[in-house]
Amino acid sequence: MDLDFGPEEDAFRAEARQWLAAHVPAAPLPSLETREGFAAHREWERTLHADRWSVVSWPEEHGGRAASVLEWLIFEEEYFAAGAPGRVSQNGINLLAPTLFEHGTAEQRARVLPPMASGERIWAQAWSEPEAGSDLASLRSTATRVAGGWLLGGLKTWSSRAAFADLAFGLFRSHPDADRPHRGLTYVMFPLDAEGVTVRPIGRLDGKPAFAELSLERVFVPDEDVIGEPGQGWRVAMSTAGNERGLTLRSPGRFTAAAERLVTLWRESADTGVPALRDRVADAAIGARAYQLFTYANASRLAAGGAIGAESSLNKVFWSELDIALHECALDLLGPLGELADRAEDAPAHGGWADGYTFSLAGPIYAGTNEIQRDIIAERLLGLPKGRRS
Amino acid sequence: MRFLLDDEQSEFGRTLDRMLSAADTPSAVRAWAAGEHGPGRAVLGRLAEAGVFALAVPEAHGGLGPLPVELAVSFVEVGRHAVPGPLVETVAAAALFGRLARAGEAADAAKEWLPRLADGRAAVSLVLPGHGPYALDADAADAVFAVTAADELRRCPTYGPVQPSLDPARRLARPLPAGEPVASGAAVRAAAEHAADWAAFATAAQALGTGLALLERTVAYVKERTQFGVAIGSFQAVKHRLADTLLGLEFARPLVFGAAVALASGSPGAGAEIAAAKVAAGEAAYAAARSALQSHGAIGYTAELDLSLWIGKARALRSAWGTPAECRARALDLFH
Repeated sequence: MDLDFGPEEDAFRAEARQWLAAHVPAAPLPSLETREGFAAHREWERTLHADRWSVVSWPEEHGGRAASVLEWLIFEEEYFAAGAPGRVSQNGINLLAPTLFEHGTAEQRARVLPPMASGERIWAQAWSEPEAGSDLASLRSTATRVAGGWLLGGLKTWSSRAAFADLAFGLFRSHPDADRPHRGLTYVMFPLDAEGVTVRPIGRLDGKPAFAELSLERVFVPDEDVIGEPGQGWRVAMSTAGNERGLTLRSPGRFTAAAERLVTLWRESADTGVPALRDRVADAAIGARAYQLFTYANASRLAAGGAIGAESSLNKVFWSELDIALHECALDLLGPLGELADRAEDAPAHGGWADGYTFSLAGPIYAGTNEIQRDIIAERLLGLPKGRRS
Repeated sequence: MRFLLDDEQSEFGRTLDRMLSAADTPSAVRAWAAGEHGPGRAVLGRLAEAGVFALAVPEAHGGLGPLPVELAVSFVEVGRHAVPGPLVETVAAAALFGRLARAGEAADAAKEWLPRLADGRAAVSLVLPGHGPYALDADAADAVFAVTAADELRRCPTYGPVQPSLDPARRLARPLPAGEPVASGAAVRAAAEHAADWAAFATAAQALGTGLALLERTVAYVKERTQFGVAIGSFQAVKHRLADTLLGLEFARPLVFGAAVALASGSPGAGAEIAAAKVAAGEAAYAAARSALQSHGAIGYTAELDLSLWIGKARALRSAWGTPAECRARALDLFH
């Protein structure tokens, strides 16, 4: 048992660090949750891609470096430590791409992945509906069979950055007569500028217009844009759901970098003699280290040929609550300045804690609410009986 | 990097688990609490035979160590089976004498005690500066040692009256140092700090095991116990509480083994890693005790049910060898 990196991993880290030092913009980009910021972040994706840093874990033929899980973790540690911009392509890279690698055709991979890697085409997700959130399998949007493809209809909502994105992927009810709600769903990809798609931006808690509602009326999707077998969409989507909850959505680098900044903030600008604050800073640091070591253990298990299943629900609850605790603590350390939005004139000293705080509040909700994750932990990891969700 | 137990280490844990399951530790714990140490010492003897204490003793002195990863594996099982006695203190004494011997101090005492600690002939208690005033199970130990605030290591032939603990199986007494110091000075201070790290580390592993046992027993109970016509484990209020209990334990586990790796490599950051593990494992075990009691209801509040043996221990281990506040202060050095 060890925590040592090999010479190749050290070299990979050094290369990543050097590249980031030379390329990360000195001034933070405008928020990626705005139209202006979205465009700036798309440009950053292009920069990453030009030197093959946008999708390090993908095979080289699709623009990646075939990096191991451990190398990916190293890249992420360096990425967040360098204060590099948020990833506007994250929905495509973290959610759609793993699905295509597992269930897509070679043609789909060749067509979809390169422009995803370069930021030329940015993807939004279309899962939730007004009446289908945690109970996603009850979704009502339809896919109706027509010659050569499907016609989509219905309403998708709470779709992050869909107001600015190019395409979307989601589940639609294609076989309404199936015996169970989660059977009879089909996984499709569609352009957001297709005929019949109406995108209505929705302001979020932070006031940014980055949510959107997608109204779909007879939107034609050719057969080549269906992933997996029609009617098997639930299985296709769930086989990679662990990616979103667990390892690949929120890497420990994000939290170790934030914990480092938090400890610095505490040492430099807070009253270090107040035990109540000191204990919370310590808990955030301990949590970040725990998440990092937990992930190293998972990466080691994967490298040894093991698999991660329902354990990804442990990750999801842990990082989402850690993220909030870290940011709440920072705002409390900032005292009266903690109330300032990051765009306030007096706020530069903030270091982006306010935006980070608002962002963190969504963590326990998206990627499967923490209530659903706790059900999964209790039923699949502890073996407790299924019950009504009440 | 391979941050995973190897097959041999995992098998060592399973062997200890089987051995302790067969040893009827709950009866030994109850006897220990009543001052009858025989059955408990027999369990300690079997752990020694399996090599557990030798893991903390250097090879030059009849041990196998130091092997902190294997020691963590052992102490998780010690906690899971609620083994009574001054086990952590024996490990810490081994670290103390081992470090003194390496510094060329207290050679006679090291030669006298280390081989006996390794093979189980002796179990000892220990008090270190900042971790007093009580020696655990002084009445069951073969010797009690104390390092004083003046950096003197003394053997304590006598001790005060036994003070009951919230864990009936932990018997606390104030040692009364007497006689000539075994060693003194800066080397003793450094060895005492090293020993305190090992004590906190072993306690963290023991707490993790304690929490795991509490959760295992509670999961089994809520599957069996029915109310309103269904197993209470099907209620979301119960499920979510136990899910949180598992979360606490599963994120404490990598910190415990991370501390083991840091100790094994002699990393200067080991103190912060140990402190982090101690906070996380202590809090997780304590939360497991609270969840276990609440999920069992009134029967959990009885001394008859063996669950009580772990509930009291979880509370005691939270403060033993480093309070949560002290450990949090040290854990701040994880990031700097």
